[in-house]
Amino acid sequence: MPVDTLDLQADRNQEWRSALRGRLSAKERSALPRVKMPELDARERRMGFREVNTGLSEELAMQEAKRCLDCSAPTCISGCPVNINIPGFIKLIEKGDFNAAARKLKETNALPAVCGRVCPQEIQCEANCVYQKMKKPPVAIGYLERFASDCERLAGAVVVPKIADRVPIRVAAVGSGPASLTFAGQMAKWGFQVTVFEALHELAGVLSYGIPEFRLPKSIVRSEIAYLEALGVVFERNVIVGKTVAIEELRDQGFRGFFIGSGAGLPKFMHIPGENSIGIYSSNEYLTRVNLMKAYQFPEYDTPIVRGKRVAVIGGGNTAMDSVRTAVRLGADRAMIVYRRSEQEMPARIEEVHHAKEEGVEFLTLTNPIEYIADSEGRVRQMKVQKMGLGAADDSGRRRPVAIAGSEYLIDVDTVVVGVGTDPNPLIPRAIQGIEVSKWGTIVVNEETMQSAVPDIFAGGDIVRGGATVILAMGDGKKAAAAMREYLLGKFPGS
Amino acid sequence: MNKVVEKTVLSENVVKLVIEAALISRKQSPGQFVIVRTDEKGERIPLTIADADRENGTITLIVQKVGTSSCKITGLNPGDSLLDVSGPLGRPTHVEKLGTVLACGGGVGIAPLYPIARAFQQAGNKLIAVLGARNRELLILEREMAAFADEVIVMTDDGSHGRKGVITVGVEDVLKREPVHLAVAIGPAVMMKFTALLTKRYSVPTIASLNTIMVDGTGMCGACRVSVGGKTRFVCVDGPEFDAHLIDYDEMIQRLNTYKAEERKSFDGYLKSLS
Repeated sequence: MPVDTLDLQADRNQEWRSALRGRLSAKERSALPRVKMPELDARERRMGFREVNTGLSEELAMQEAKRCLDCSAPTCISGCPVNINIPGFIKLIEKGDFNAAARKLKETNALPAVCGRVCPQEIQCEANCVYQKMKKPPVAIGYLERFASDCERLAGAVVVPKIADRVPIRVAAVGSGPASLTFAGQMAKWGFQVTVFEALHELAGVLSYGIPEFRLPKSIVRSEIAYLEALGVVFERNVIVGKTVAIEELRDQGFRGFFIGSGAGLPKFMHIPGENSIGIYSSNEYLTRVNLMKAYQFPEYDTPIVRGKRVAVIGGGNTAMDSVRTAVRLGADRAMIVYRRSEQEMPARIEEVHHAKEEGVEFLTLTNPIEYIADSEGRVRQMKVQKMGLGAADDSGRRRPVAIAGSEYLIDVDTVVVGVGTDPNPLIPRAIQGIEVSKWGTIVVNEETMQSAVPDIFAGGDIVRGGATVILAMGDGKKAAAAMREYLLGKFPGS
Repeated sequence: MNKVVEKTVLSENVVKLVIEAALISRKQSPGQFVIVRTDEKGERIPLTIADADRENGTITLIVQKVGTSSCKITGLNPGDSLLDVSGPLGRPTHVEKLGTVLACGGGVGIAPLYPIARAFQQAGNKLIAVLGARNRELLILEREMAAFADEVIVMTDDGSHGRKGVITVGVEDVLKREPVHLAVAIGPAVMMKFTALLTKRYSVPTIASLNTIMVDGTGMCGACRVSVGGKTRFVCVDGPEFDAHLIDYDEMIQRLNTYKAEERKSFDGYLKSLS
């Protein structure tokens, strides 16, 4: 989406901001060290599910905000899938107006407290920070985003923006994960009547069932939802579109546009012998039991989980890191990441890998499971693995792992979490007539507009991408909202 | 919130609840299930829809007391509510006119069998039901089945009602006696396993409806996975019905026992909380 450079310039040319820029020279600003995120001690973390990163103090935040050079042509914004006015909000922090900084964030991002925590800033905004060219650590944009939105929330200063003139057109979002929430927030701000349908009993999709409390406290997710409700978004839980209610029925009820953000539900398994043994979970199941169903509080909560002492998590992504760090908190003596490539190729965020290591997680890289061995009750007891070498680069640009013959050995395990990815959930594509589905089961859309083969149906997030990040899903939700607005206002002029 | 409008005790351990669920009542077909949750701390429990009333907007659930969650559900009275009910989930039964259909139900499995058997009968099939239970007191829905079935054969372990013996005895009598074009087996895993072994010997196509452990019920977690013909399938989105001759019952039985110890611990705590 193009950034409105005129708005950015007008924002930057405000008197206070020019004055603020003049207070310190670029040289002085760039000489300041990057702030370190305060965090809980690793031993303390292992004892429970408290958030690991504890957040910047006002002092630290204002100091970090000074590092931002307030570039006249900021490059950081181009790295943000939702085009946050980054210098704009950072300078408000430097000025000390934290609530205004939060409002600036919310002009473009409905979920800043979430993004500040889970976005991979190191490959997005921060990767495009001007400091990179100077071979200096980038401005800690993510920490600052989190700081501003936390301040506003904790101060009870959340202000609901004025809604544009009411547009009497009903639109629906299917699923309530980050793509749908972003879509819903944007459409509501433009005055549309938005209803979000969620299949589960809890809202927010992967933010609720997937990402653990220690990385994203659920109280924050709830307050972001409350903000959307204040914007007028209606949420319907326990409604499975395509099952409980069909798209055609929603059309009959007056819904004129649909955004499908149903996610990449179906967990992948490796289809190796013994994989259905007791104690072998998909990462989706493991995390859902713990995060959504609160199995870590069993038996106070009714949903149980196998609390393994020797836990192997297969995979090298963020979901694998979330799973293995969850295992640590559930009392594992030995928690292992088993990954077939080397640490360099791991898709997980560096911060997550680093935190996992601090918490005592072992990394068995260039190692791949080939069989699980169970006892007479069917409970997994051992895992046969194979050592891998790295061959030539594959389609993903990463070097392809190649099995080393004769390198097999056994590892004792009592819990295994398979975190090797997901496929798109088949329920929605199966249920909507006329929609085009790729061979991977994803919904095919126009990449510019996120519009599907059915004109009133748009889609975004993992149901289109097959497995990506929160922020890319949010970017899709935003793009779809803009395109749907244009489509609907064109189709129903005078609304 | 879904209100309980009617409650009937069918046997010492089995309760029938009629629940307000307007959308689901209009959408459900035989063979489908719902996921329910009783309270904020409750599990997500899959329950097959035993009946539905579109006009009144209700569905019927038949629940056997086994542990904490099922006791929480069976403990509900008219006026109480389930916190969450979502569905209808799973693929509906493929119903067509085949000739003679043999509906085999064991224990509380007779509940999900009932709407499927009725649908086959309504599609023009001759419907023979073989119902099995430990004793007369535990046998459910016999009268309801008899209302439409061409024949109902009852088997009890202790001979207190119908014939004495396990369900496969009654099933085999029918298989010996006349051609059967399809068998439907629903009940405890062991009952389905042996029924399937038997119908295989007689080369009668057979479907079984599985009730595995689930969490979300929408294809997201894989807790419900079973091996069917050597392939891993998800009961929630690929099932709940599969070719009964291809299911790996032993693996399924083991997986059903995953949380045996935890379930006991939870149930002990629950019973203590009641006293």
